[in-house]
Parts: sequence; structure tokens; C-alpha cells
Amino acid sequence: MKHDPISHMLEHMVSRRQLLRSGSLAAAGLMLGKHLGMASQLATPAPPTAKAKAVIQIWLWGGPSHLDTFDPKPDAGNDYCGPLNKPLATNVDGIVISELMPELAKQADKYSLIRSMTHGSNGHETAAYMVQTGHAEGDRLVYPSMGAVVSLLKGYDGGYKGLVPPYIVLTEPQGRFSEAGFLGPSYKPFATGGDPSKTPFAVQGIVAEGISGKRQEQRRKLLHNMDALSLAMKQNQAMLEFHHAEEGAYDMIMGDGAKIFDVTSEGDKVRQWYGTNTFGQSCLVARRLIERGVRFVTINFKGWDSHKQNFQTMRTKLPQLDAGLAALIQDLSSRGLLDSTIVWCGGEFGRTPKVQWEEPWGGGRGHWGRVFSTFIAGGGFRGGQIVGASDARGEEVKDRPVYPWDLLGSMYEQLGIDPDAKFPRMSDGNVRITQAISGEIKSGGRLREIM
Amino acid sequence: MKAFFFFVLFLALPAWGGEPVAVFETKPGASVPAPTRVDSFISARLKQLGLPAANLCSDAVFLRRVYLDLLGTLPTGQEAQAFLDSPSPTKRAEWIERLLARDEFADYWGMKWCDLLRVKAEFPVNLWPNAAQAYDRWIRTALKQNIPYSQFARELLTANGSNFRVPQVNFYRSAGSREPKAIARAVALTFLGERTDHWPKAKLDGMAIFFSQIGFKATGEWKEEIVSFNGMGGGHEDPVQATFPDGTSVEISPDQDPRELFADWLLTSKNSPFARNAANRVWFWLMGRGIIQEPDDSRPDNPPSNPELLAFLARELVAAHYDLKHLYRLILNSNTYQRSCIPATPKPEGEANFASYPLRRLDAEVLIDAINQITGASDEYSSMIPEPFTWVPVDKRSIALPDGSISSPFLDLFGRPSRDTGLLSERTNRSTAAQRLHLLNSSHIQKKITGSAKLRALIPPGRPPVEGLAPLYLTVLSRYPTEQEVQEANSYASSSEAKGEQAFFDLAWSLINSAEFLYRH
Repeated sequence: MKHDPISHMLEHMVSRRQLLRSGSLAAAGLMLGKHLGMASQLATPAPPTAKAKAVIQIWLWGGPSHLDTFDPKPDAGNDYCGPLNKPLATNVDGIVISELMPELAKQADKYSLIRSMTHGSNGHETAAYMVQTGHAEGDRLVYPSMGAVVSLLKGYDGGYKGLVPPYIVLTEPQGRFSEAGFLGPSYKPFATGGDPSKTPFAVQGIVAEGISGKRQEQRRKLLHNMDALSLAMKQNQAMLEFHHAEEGAYDMIMGDGAKIFDVTSEGDKVRQWYGTNTFGQSCLVARRLIERGVRFVTINFKGWDSHKQNFQTMRTKLPQLDAGLAALIQDLSSRGLLDSTIVWCGGEFGRTPKVQWEEPWGGGRGHWGRVFSTFIAGGGFRGGQIVGASDARGEEVKDRPVYPWDLLGSMYEQLGIDPDAKFPRMSDGNVRITQAISGEIKSGGRLREIM
Repeated sequence: MKAFFFFVLFLALPAWGGEPVAVFETKPGASVPAPTRVDSFISARLKQLGLPAANLCSDAVFLRRVYLDLLGTLPTGQEAQAFLDSPSPTKRAEWIERLLARDEFADYWGMKWCDLLRVKAEFPVNLWPNAAQAYDRWIRTALKQNIPYSQFARELLTANGSNFRVPQVNFYRSAGSREPKAIARAVALTFLGERTDHWPKAKLDGMAIFFSQIGFKATGEWKEEIVSFNGMGGGHEDPVQATFPDGTSVEISPDQDPRELFADWLLTSKNSPFARNAANRVWFWLMGRGIIQEPDDSRPDNPPSNPELLAFLARELVAAHYDLKHLYRLILNSNTYQRSCIPATPKPEGEANFASYPLRRLDAEVLIDAINQITGASDEYSSMIPEPFTWVPVDKRSIALPDGSISSPFLDLFGRPSRDTGLLSERTNRSTAAQRLHLLNSSHIQKKITGSAKLRALIPPGRPPVEGLAPLYLTVLSRYPTEQEVQEANSYASSSEAKGEQAFFDLAWSLINSAEFLYRH
């Protein structure tokens, strides 16, 4: 039995309107219960107190260079920092970041930087799996991403009543390991598709390009006039269910669903502040979603796999990241939402500290899983702090390693989810939310210093 | 498309437009097939309950129904026209034979059997891609060759060899666990339609002995495994006692493969629970509801709604040497199968006793294949594990996908079974709002329609697009439009914001989004 995030959401809406609820939701629950047990059965003696309600994950797919972003090493010389050798001081004494991020430099009191992330893997998929799920590779199970876990525990079964699905990715799914794992399709993110920097932002299913509101109305009327079977069997149970489903769908198409994604209502000034590119506008959409109670928003920002011409890539991408992320942090903060929203930005690993000047790389950087940086703000995490350190050339962890399960475990705690709790599965009651620490699996401990 | 296709059509419009019910039922006075043995059992039951049966369905409804039920495939516009225009009084029976011989029969029924047999490469079944595909091919070939169902079951139960070369052995690899009890559970579910969680412990223990000596040995080939009888040995010289599900016991000597004994019992036991289960499953697949409902939850306190009918079908299957096509013929040629979906009684007992044909949303695979057939488009299918074996050619129909791990967002959204348990309830054909959203408004579907050269070709050259309405109806709904529908379409074409071809595409969109298209009826 399969289900999906939109149906989850729409059935919820429909039920609020006191239409059919019983069937598929109950059926989905039944199936879920069989595989996993419901969220309420989660074997947690006393879950941590929740400080955060929601998460925005900014995923820099490909692995951004730590030296060129949040862990500059100007003293390491040209072979390590290339032309980006004049990092900026921030509004917090002692914290410096890349010279290409002036807006973020003004906001450093609002975020902290982990400069000692590590897992040792240089493979995109394995590394991404670890950072997104909080589990080491090699288990027989495919674990769900953090967003799917939050969707399970804080979504419809955990009191979420929003109009749009609780776990949304802007705009394309992260791919192979990013999604629901063994939780199944109900917990996949709703991927919007489209491009929020274009008008209209064609959110899959919700906003159809090239079909005006008037034509939508006309088509709907046409459909009703042409549907002989519905007309012949008005009272049939299957037909009633069919029409209720359709009403729910049109509520999204013609109603508030579409409005949530309509960033034109923000006005040009706000849109320019965030940056009029796909990433910047995604940050703006993310803020709108968080305002409406969405639990987990992933912005999948691609293009950080800078094997070749790393510095040109940085000069293109960092200004976008800088403008969008700084505006998001500031905007959330001024709206009083930052305290309850974790903003987490990073990729699956860092990049080789030593620049590969030779051809064919032409000043590129390779994969580097031994140490890398992650940005974290809000949701109960203190700002203006540096956690851990890399060595003088950014090649190894020098101080206080942070493993993916330490990072995700800390975020789960802030969300009121016990990271050591288990998914009660039918065949095996021993499947943990985050990786168990033993043997070769090491831990640096959760981020107590900033929690 | 042939020219006659267009011009005849407007002249041939039925005069009974305006009354939606008339689209679905046989016209009064039309010649209809005579009642059959199957009908006698149904009529007796309905009479006993005082329930009237629905009228017989129209030819157009019959054709579409039998294509979807037997082939999982929509008739083409030409096929629909040929059937509707045929004057033969026995054309329904003739077309049933014709369809039983088509390749899509094995594709569609192969899909159903692969659901039951959990043909899936990845978690939690873990057959792995190469073996899953070998298994899939064996199942579909068996159906295509129409090997007796008894032989099909015996081969699955008794085969020895490599999971790549003797695909039948994958039956034992797909049980979820290799514990004898887990295997017994899968055997009972598959071949008896019984869930062992309702059984006393001793019954399952007794049956598990038959599956306690299966060996699984890895070879040097990646993911290859040899499945075979290991010998009842383990140091024991004495015969071991095992018990069949009917309570009779048997002694197994150390050199005897107990799986053979079990297969012998299964295929010859009294009251043939094996044949009853097969007959009930086929009935369920065609009629939307089992005579025992659910068909995989047979137990003493869940009796058949029509015991005589079930006994008759099981006897017929045994007498026909387990030729499943014989069952299809019996059912499809009955008036019971050919009734309209519009019930003559509002009482729910009517549908439960087969007084009318039940509405069911198209299976996920059938639906996307139908949309692609109409528009000439295709979909992409992929597995979570991108191995060479899971690469799917672009024109592959989803009913023929060889592995439950190969899927698409559409198939997931529309309730394709995950093939984790072998339960029929894994497949959900309920309508959800997300599905409606997708069909009504997604770029996925919209692009198929507006980018379709096939739909565009239905418009008569040089004529206003709305004149392509009749071939559009034949292509999408397998029937001619009524007069009222023609008027409605003309009025849309002249008054809507969408003009010309765009209005025609909107008409196609409305038919694809109609309940008549989306539901088996």
C-alpha cells in the first residue's frame, strides 16, 4: 500500500472540511502500523524539550569548498587559498569568513560555524547518505533522511495541520539517499519542480503554466458536463470519493495552495533583497512555508562539485548563497521565527584544501570528507560561535570532531525528538533514529557548546 | 488513421444521447448472450436475497471492460470501431477468444502473479535484480504458454538450482525470511489463500517441517545462489513426522525431499483448497470482489458468499486440468460479468453478491499505459539501485515492468503494490486528492496531451478541430459521443478561452479526467 505527501496533506484538509476521511488515511495508518508502528508508539521515555519547530536545510549538492566558504586559511598560501586570500571579518570578534560573503559577515551573531565536520568518505552518495540520514553506510536498511523522520514524527501524525505537505523540497529531489528510505513514499518530500525566480512559479500539479484561472474554471465546468459515468452514478460510493478527491485538488489549484507559492505578492524590493535567482527566491519561498507551519524545507542548491575552475565557480555561486542565506536569516530573525527554526547549510563533504592547478583541473578542488564545515543557525542553537577546528591547512580535524550523527542528533534534540529512540518496526525493534556509537563508529558528542 | 474513420462517424451517432445511463446499458430489444451455468448460481443467490440484477452492459462498455480486465490495455480507436460496427450476434464471445490469445494477456496477468509472488529486487524481498528478472520472465512465459496452474505451482515448490538459471527457486528466496515457518507462511498465502496468523501454532509448525531442509548456497557469481533440498539428515537416521494443513500426518524418510510430498498433497487433496483458491483469485481479479473476500484470507469464519459457485469453478478448473483460461472463459461469457455497473438496487448486498459490475479505478500501471497509448507518449521507470539489469527501454509498458523495485512517481502515487507481503490489499485503487491534482493539473500529464501528434492526427485535415471529437471518443472512451456530448464540445470550442487545437486538447483532457476513463465500469 502506498501513499504520498500530497494525499496525506489533502486528506487532512478534506477531513477538516468534514468530508471523507476514514478510508485511505486509516488504511495508510494500518499499513504504517504494520511496518513501523505509529509515531506515538515511539519508544521514548521522555523526549527532549522542543526548542525548534521547523528546519530549513540548504543542501549544497556536490560538496562546497570549506576553505572558500566558512573556514578560510589565508596563511596557508596560494596553493591552498588561491585568489580568495582576503577573508572578511564579521560582526563577531574572531570570526572570519570568505571575502565573497559580505552580507553573511554582517550576521555572524545569528549563526554558528562547525569547522570540524568529518566522516572520511569521499564518495558523493555515501557521504550524502551519512549527512542526510545520520547513519553510517553498510547497514542492510536504507534509512530515511532527516526530513522524512521529521515528517513522520512532526507531520500529520504529530499534530501538523498545514495546508501544504510538511516536508517540501525546492525544487528538485536530492536523489538516491535523500528521501524516505524504509519509511516509504508517504514520507517523501513534496518536490515543487518549477523555478521560483520565474513567473509563475509552476509548482507541480498546483500551478499549471499557460492555463489561466478563467480557463481552469471553464475546463472544470467542461469536465463536469462531459462526465457521463459520474452523471449516471451520482450516489455511488466510489463516485462520491472521486468527487471529494477532486474538490480537494481544486482547493489547491484555485485556492490558498497556489497563493503560498506565489512570491510575486512579496513585492520587488523583498525579492531583490533575497536575490532574483533560483536560490534566492527559493529562500524566500522557504520563509513563506515556515511561516505557514511547514516542518522541513530543503533547498537543493546544486553545482558545488568544483573539480575544475573552483574559483570561478565560487565567484558565481557564493554571492547568490550570501545574499539568499543572509536575507533568510535576517528576515526570519526580524519576524521572530529564527528562534524556532533551524537553518542548516552545507554539503556532503568539503573539498581538497590543496588547489589542483594542473590541467585538466585548472585550479580545481577534489572531494574531501576528512574535514569540512557546516553552518547552523536558529532553533535553539546559539549564534556567534565556532565549533571545533581544522588544522592549519584545513586538511584534518584539529579539535573536537563532529560526525554527521552528532550534528543530526543535536538537531533532533532541539526538535524534541530523542535521537537515541527507535523506530518500532515489525520485524526488528532495534532500528534507531540515529546511528549507534560503537566499534568503528565514533562520535564527538552532540553540540552541547551551542545548544 | 483512415479517412473513413472520420466521416462516417457523425452520421452514425446514436440517437439516445442526453440520457447518460443509456451509454452504459444494452438497448432494450438488443440480442444478448444467453445465461450460463455461472449465472444460475448467481441468480439463485440473488433470488434468495430478493435482489434484482443490473441490466446487461452496452457493447462499448463490454469491449472496454474486457480489454482492461483481460489485457490491462485500452482498445485502440480502430479496435473499438471494428467491434462496435460488427454485426455478428456472437461478437462478444468471439472477441473474448481473440483477446485470450494476445501477448498482453501474459503481460497483464504476469504482473498480477508477480505481485503475489513478490518479484522484487530490493528491500525487503531482496531477490536482487538479475534473479528478479529471471523469475519475472519465467512467470510471464508460463502464462504465455498457458502451462497448467498445477504444474506452475509444483515447479515453484520443488525446483532445485541456481536462482539465475532455474528461476522457479526464487519462490523460496522471496519469502522475506528463510526460516521454515516464514516459508510455510508464504506457501499458505500463495496457494491456499490462508493467513497463518489465524492458525494454531501446531498447524504452522507441522507444515514448516516440509520446508525445513532447503539449502541456500552462494556461488562465485555475484548474487548467485543455489537453492536445493539439503537432505533430511542433520545426523538423523529416523523418519521425521510432518503434518499437512488438513491435519493428516506423513513420515518423511531422510532421503526424501519433503517439498515433493507437500506438492503431491496440495495438488490432490480433498475439497481442493488449491483449486478453490485459484478460482477465487481469478474471480476476484475479474469481478472486483472474491467469492471469499478477501481472497487471501480464507478461513472457517470467513465463508464464501456463494459456496456452490466457488465449488463449481474449482471443479471446472480441476476438470480442465488446471487450464486457467478455461476459468476466464466461464466467467467472461456469463451475464454476470457482462452486467452494467449501474445497480438495479441501492442495497450494498447487491454488489456483494455480484448483481452489478463494480466500479474500480484503473490499476496504476494500466492507467499510465492507457494515457501513453492515447497520446503516444512514454514514461521513465527506474530502480533505486541503478544496475544494468534495471535499465528500462523507453517504450516499455508499465504492466510489463520486470521488477517491483523499478517504478516511477506516477506508479507510486496511484497505488502500485510494493510487493513486500504478497497480500492483494497492497494494491490500492482508491482515488486520492493528490492523484486528482496530478491528472488535472500536472505538467507531466498536460505535456503528454498538448505535445501529442497522435491526438492532433485525429483532427480531420483542414477541418475545425472539434470535428475530431468522434475519433477522440473512440480513442479515449472506446465509444461514439452522444448528441449531447457533441453539442457540449461544440459549445466549448466556440465559447472558451482556449481556441482551435487548444480547445481540442482541453476536450481530450476532460475525457482523460472523466470517471468513465479512470474507472473500470
